[in-house]
Formats: sequence, structure tokens, C-alpha cells
Amino acid sequence: MTYLTKPKLHHPTLQKNKVGYTRRDYEGKISTLCAGCGHDSISASIIQACWELDIQPHRVAKLSGIGCSSKTPDYFLGNSHGFNSVHGRMPSVLTGANLANRELIYLGVSGDGDSASIGIGQFAHIMRRGVNLTYILENNGVYGLTKGQFSATADAGSKSKRGVVNRDAPVDTVSLALQLGATYVARSFSGDKKQLVPLIKGAIAHQGAAFIDIVSPCVAFNNHEGSTKSYDYVREHNDSVNRLDFWPTRDAISIDYQAGAVIDVAQHDGSVLRLRKIHPEYDPLDRVKALNYIAEHQAKGELVTGLLYVHPDAEDLHAHLNTVDTPFNQLNARELCPGAAALAKINAALR
Amino acid sequence: MKPTDIGAPDYFHKVVDCQWACPAHTPVPEYIRLIAAGRYDDAYMVNWQSNVFPGILGRTCDRPCEPACRRSRVEDAPAGGAPGAAAKEPVAICRLKRVAADNKADIRARLPAVPKKKNGKRVACVGAGPASLTVARDLAPNGYHVVLYDGDLKAGGMIRSQIPRFRLPEEVIDEEVGYILGLGVEFRAGKRVDSMKALLAEGYDAVFVGSGAPRGRDLDIPGRKEAAKHIHIGIDWLSSVSFGHVTKVSKRVIVLGGGNTAMDCCRTSRRLGGEDVKAIVRSGFEEMKASPWEKEDAMHEGIPILNYLVPKEFTHVKGKLTGITFEKVAAQYDADGPNRGRRRLMPTGEPDQHFECDEVLVAVGQENAFPWIEKDCGIAFDQWGMPVVDKITLQSTLPRVYFGGDAAFGPKNIIWAVAHGHEAAVSIDKFCQGEDVAKRPPPMVHLLSQKMGIHEWSYDNEVALDRRYKVPWRDPSQTLKNIKVEVEIGFDRATAFKEAERCLNCDVQTVFTTTKCIECDACVDICPMDCISFTVNGEEADLRTRLNAPAQNLTQDLYVSSTLKTGRIMAKDEDVCLHCGLCAERCPTGAWDMQKFLLQMTHAGPGCRSRAPKREPVAV
Repeated sequence: MTYLTKPKLHHPTLQKNKVGYTRRDYEGKISTLCAGCGHDSISASIIQACWELDIQPHRVAKLSGIGCSSKTPDYFLGNSHGFNSVHGRMPSVLTGANLANRELIYLGVSGDGDSASIGIGQFAHIMRRGVNLTYILENNGVYGLTKGQFSATADAGSKSKRGVVNRDAPVDTVSLALQLGATYVARSFSGDKKQLVPLIKGAIAHQGAAFIDIVSPCVAFNNHEGSTKSYDYVREHNDSVNRLDFWPTRDAISIDYQAGAVIDVAQHDGSVLRLRKIHPEYDPLDRVKALNYIAEHQAKGELVTGLLYVHPDAEDLHAHLNTVDTPFNQLNARELCPGAAALAKINAALR
Repeated sequence: MKPTDIGAPDYFHKVVDCQWACPAHTPVPEYIRLIAAGRYDDAYMVNWQSNVFPGILGRTCDRPCEPACRRSRVEDAPAGGAPGAAAKEPVAICRLKRVAADNKADIRARLPAVPKKKNGKRVACVGAGPASLTVARDLAPNGYHVVLYDGDLKAGGMIRSQIPRFRLPEEVIDEEVGYILGLGVEFRAGKRVDSMKALLAEGYDAVFVGSGAPRGRDLDIPGRKEAAKHIHIGIDWLSSVSFGHVTKVSKRVIVLGGGNTAMDCCRTSRRLGGEDVKAIVRSGFEEMKASPWEKEDAMHEGIPILNYLVPKEFTHVKGKLTGITFEKVAAQYDADGPNRGRRRLMPTGEPDQHFECDEVLVAVGQENAFPWIEKDCGIAFDQWGMPVVDKITLQSTLPRVYFGGDAAFGPKNIIWAVAHGHEAAVSIDKFCQGEDVAKRPPPMVHLLSQKMGIHEWSYDNEVALDRRYKVPWRDPSQTLKNIKVEVEIGFDRATAFKEAERCLNCDVQTVFTTTKCIECDACVDICPMDCISFTVNGEEADLRTRLNAPAQNLTQDLYVSSTLKTGRIMAKDEDVCLHCGLCAERCPTGAWDMQKFLLQMTHAGPGCRSRAPKREPVAV
């Protein structure tokens, strides 16, 4: 936490992107989280990803629930739309917003309490429905705002700062998302921006339900010996299956790799996800195998990270519902209420 | 790269760009903070310790600190780049110094006491200019009997004779020279030293030569002799004005030369009746030796500066000067060969230009002159007639004779003279105590955490975005009429505070402790200038390209930690760090701390004598 506003001055070589903004223009207010919080690194990664994607800030809507994680949308994209909703209810508010205006880029920011405890039902359904969003779960395994009780994602056997050992089974949000039909599922670590930033970019470009579980150490309550969400523990047990290079178009690809060393996934919007294999046998296009792989490695105490699953031809909520291309909020009265003649026609069709 | 040894006195010193650039290494941010706090006496004393003449230098210093100031590297370029718009500018360090001098109360009680017991050593200083006065100030409180000789009746040297009163009022000189003479220094006024041999014969333990560069260079072109009555050497003329021997000048004056003396000649002429005064220089306007602000001040007073004109002939009618003929030249740069990039002034072939005038002031440089030092007295001179002087100890080939100021290495400026004075005083002290003058202890360095509370520092770490404030000027209608009316008024206290707040406190250093770092990236994320990176180690040239923002300024160091847990290192580019302390505020473990670096230069006295403990590198 800092009291001062970050000075406006910047490095002389600070670049502008295609839409004329510097990375600093994507910042928000000064963070009031604890010093060293992993969430601040995630905010910095979102800033970096949006800058690199040349996103116009007014085209982004960031929604969140309650908790340390859910405070963070105030600390990035200060010129974007924001909605701080009720605890665990971000998914339904976001679904509504997405239905009303399908043209915005939706960022759902949540935490382990917000998504895996009070909001687990909401989380399940937004994944199921395939709402086009980037769901970022800032996962630290504790309730930081209430002084560090275990959350539902805390691993069995991990120790709290007070020395209490957790006996409950953890909710694995990545497996959950895979089972529920999310079409872009990744896990990363707040302390590894090189992995995280491309994953966020790929998720934003993905036209469907994209979910990233980001292990984000709570420096105040969960960064000690015995914790499985500490900087040290995650670094020691991080098992990355691949490295993602995000390319906005196929033409933009400027680095060649040996055949077989990479998997290219073309997305709907023309972007290409190039995955540099770390585990050669890992196939991120196979959902069932992915689930198995994660379960197997989890049993060994490893934290599987990287882009775990992607469905290149994902469909979203609007496709499921067969809605019109024009955002609802742009439809006017004549289109929404076509009149008695149109109604008569519909009624006739049902007779 | 090897981990940075932050215990080396130079490492953090270099980060304080202003202090590093100052020949006397004045702790600039320290006194600027004191000014902001309204502690003018303390600010003055900090200055007085290191540069001896705060009031004088606050008006006349050549300010090597300002071009070095980090502020000018971190400000945004002005919007639209409109000419005259506030550009990226350094803190007005020099004029803040004057604020301390102007606003202080009586500080005489804080000056060193005149020692009751002398140490029996006698030191003669030739010339009573800034270099000699500094030697006297450093030695007298240590019990030395210092004798200053000067041909003039008042001490001050070129400060008094060459700097016009409208830039530096006489009271300021009297005050600050007086502080030194009040330390029990003997001043032999009007006693010019004519023979080194005779001086040495008087049995002084050491002699310091601070006689300046007293001879103005002449211009030997046709018409010089014939029109001699109306052609004067700039520094001699300025000195005659200072002492009241010259009170008038003709209406049309041409000043030849492009240094600060030339600018002073121009501006003095404007005040003594010169209506059409111009400066004409050989080189291009940009390459002129005068400081940019002195050129501006001259032009502000309606003095045009014409460039690329080489004087060819003084025209005259029966000994009455009518003007000067100039050849037009252009700058050409050697494309290759041994002197690649060297500038030559080549005639353009255009017809010569003639400028009419009634009087000419020649300010084309100064020379040293030592006609009074006998060739056989043991002091060696080089082929250019300069004494052979050790660059560090300032000792000549005769061990008990030392040189400093312009007399040592040719014309420089007051602040260099002061720096030489300090060093020569150390040498003389060591010499008189029977020690090796070459063995000089390094300066003392203090690093002190500025942490006061969780987010509280003992310095104002919020970065002000204000642009540099202009020093107010008196109306030209007043200043051009009277040569004694000072042009600059100086900052008032409120403006001084605002200008002081522009200082980035570069002496409050970011100190990193590797063992405490958990590599959470918090400092990387918060740093407004992208100074901090965590990456794998490498050679410096390679590392500089791999940081979060490229470290292109090779004059600025990289601060590199030892290897961290993940095998990476922390590398911080010192170049554009705002010293805002946000890294330390965001650091959860205190791996970053803001620590004030205070440098104590080794001055004459017990501190400069043999101690020199062996120093181990400080692990980070």
C-alpha cells in the first residue's frame, strides 16, 4: 500500500500503442492493498495486456464482487467502465451487461472467496453459459480481508499463519471450469508476468468463456512456511505445460520454431495462440485429457500452469441464444416492439 | 555484472548528479531541503562548509550542477514543443543557494572560532581571490598563520574586479570575504608579490599561488596600434570600472568574444552610456563559451550577438577608431582523418562586413602570467608557460609551493577555484604535519534510513510537477541607468519553496537488501519510471538492453544485486529514478529502503591526516 499517487512522470522511452496511449494511460487509482500483494502484479499484467492489445479503454467493462481481489479493478484501467457488485454476484451482473451490450470487452475480476465459496453457483453458470468474458480469479487461498482464514481453495494439509492445518478438500476452480464448459482455461502465477500477460491477451481475444486461475500470494496472511500459496512454494512446485505467445494475426508471427515444438491455435477473431510445448505430450485441445493431466499432477503436489485447454471454435452466450448482432442497448423501440402486425404474424405461426 | 558495492563512497555520490558535478561536491539536495523547511541559516552553513561563498556563488556560479540535474531528464518535453515554452529544465540550484544567503540571519556565531593557540606554521597565499581565500578558511581554524598578499586594496580577487556590480553587489563580497578575514587571517593589502624567491626567503612553511589568470588576451590585427586609445582589454576594463577609474563609454561599442567576460563587458557598456552595443563572435552562437543564461541576460538587455565573424582589421581615421572589418566564416567539420569531427572555421567567400563603432572591448580569452616567479627557484613550467602541478595534490615541483584556481590550470571559474583551495589546503596541512600529500583519505559517507513510519519518510517524497520558476528581474529602465543596481531580485520565500520542491532528493538513495527480497514484483509494478527489473544476470552492455526500460544513458550506473532465490538479480537503472520511495513503500519486507547519503569531503585538519582504514566491500 502506498499513500502517494504514482507520479505522472515516466521513462523517456515510454511507447505509445496503435491507439495512441502509453502503458501508463491504462493505470487506475493507487492501490490500497497490502505492500507486496500478488493482486497488484495481476493488475500490472492486465494493464500491460490491454496496452499491448491496443484496446481503447472505453471499450472495456470490468466487473467484480467483494474481497481484496474485487477491489483491484479500481487500480487498473481508470478510464474503463466498472461495476463493483454484490459478493459472489459478479457473474450474473456481468451476464446481464453482456446481454445488453455485446460489443464491450468484459473482464470479470474475482477471488477465491468470491468465486469458490459464496459465488460458486454463479461461477458455475457463467462458465456453463459461455458468456464471452475474461474471468480472472485472483487465488490466494485465504480470506485476506478478514485476517486470513482458509478459503475454499486452500489445499488440504496446508498450514495457516497461526499454525492451524486445513483438513477440508480444496475446490479446484480450473477443473471445475473445464467440466462446466469453459472454452479457454488457464492457470498462472502472479509472480510470473512473462507467462501471465500472454495468457490474459489470449483470453481477451477469445470469443467465449475464458477463465484464468491466478495463484496470487497473500503476503500478509499466506506467505509463510507450510502455505501452498506462497511465493516460494509456488515457485518450487510450478509445473508449466507450455508457454504462450500471443499473435494478433497470423501475419504478425515473427518467430519460427521447429515443427512439433509448437501448437498453433487460430481463434475466431483472427488471433493466433502459439503454444511452445514444455511437456511434449500435453494436448491443450483435448478437454478430457487435460482434466486427467491436472488431476494426476495435482495428486503429485504439482501446480499445473499454462494454457490448459482452448476450444478454437468456441461459441458464446449470444450464439446459444441466437440473439441479433446489434447490441440490445442499441435497439430502438421500433425494433423491440415491431407492432400488432408482427405480433399477429407470430401468433399465426403458433396456431 | 558483479553486485554493486554500495559502500564505495563514489557509488551513491554519482547518483546525486548535482553533487557529483560540483567541483566542491556541495550537498545540494541537503541544502535545498533545508531551504524548503525555511531553515535558511542551516542551508547557508551547509553551503559555506563546502563552497565558502554561498552568496557570491548563488549569483555568479557557472553552475555545473544544473546541466547535470536529474530533473531535466525526467520532465516531459513541453506540449507542442513551442519555442520558449518551459522546456525540460533542471532545478534552479544556483538561485536557491542565493535564497539561503539572502534570508539567513546572523550566522557569525556559527563560524569556526579563531584558535587561541596557533600551531606555529606560516602559510603565504599569493593573490586574495577565491582559491587563496578558501585555503585561508580551511587552514586558519586549524591554527595556521595564513598571510594573504594582493595587489588590490580589498580582498576578493576577480570576484571583486571582474564581476560587475549589477550581478554581484559589493556588500555580498564584503560580507563573505569578511567571514574569512575574520578567522585571524592576515591580509597584506596592496602588496603585490614581485618575486617568488623573496617570498620563499621569508621562511613560510608553505606557499599557495592563487594569482588567477590576470592577463587578457589581445588581438593583434591591423589598426590595433593606431586606434589603441579606443580599444581595451575586457578584463582590465571591467576591473577599471569596478574600481571607479572608468565611468563612461562611447555610444557605439563592439565587444569581441563570446565568453562570460564578453557578456559582462556588453552589459557594463549598456550601463555606462553605450546605446548601440553588440557582441561579435568568431564561432557559432551555440558554441560560444558563455553560459546560456548569460547570453540570455545580455540579449534581454537589447544586445545583439552576431556570430561567424572573424575580426580582420580595426578601421580608423587618424587614430580615431571608426569600426571593425570582419571576414564571414562558416563551420566545417572534418569528415575523417585524425581530427575527425574537429571544427574549422572556413571563409565563406562572401564580401567582408564592416561594423561601425567608437570603442572596442577585446574579451577573447585570458592567459596566465608568472613574470614574478624566477626560472631558477625550483618551480618547473611546461611548454605553454604553465606550472607543472599535480592534478590531485596541486603541489608544484617545489614541494612547499602549491597552485590553485586559474593559476593552476588556466581560466575556469570560482567554484573550481574553491575546489582547488580545499584540496591545496589538505596538501598543505599534510605537508606541514610531515605526511605524504599523495595519501589522501577518501571522503566520509553516511547512509541513514529515512523511514519514520509505515508510509512516512523524513523527506517530502511526493514529486512536484511544477516547471522551473523564473528568477524575477528588476525593470531594465532602472537597471540600465545605474551600474550598481542588481538586475536579479532573487526568489521570494514562497517561490523558493516551490522551486525547492522540484528537487527530486537524489541523495535519498534506494538501498536494496538481497536477503530480504521475496521477488513479489511490487517495486517493479509501482515504479513510475520503470527503473527496476528482475532478470538473469549478464554483461553490462547486454543487461542494459534487457531491462524493463532500456538503460541508454551510459553515464548512469546500474545498481545490481547479488543472485536472488530464483537465480535472477535485481537491476536498477539509476538514470531517471525519481527517488519517490514508492518501491520502498510497496516493499512488503523492507528489502528496499530509502537512505540519505551524506558525503563529508575531506578538508584540511585532523580528519585528512593518516587514518585511511582498509575498507571491505559492503555486501548487498
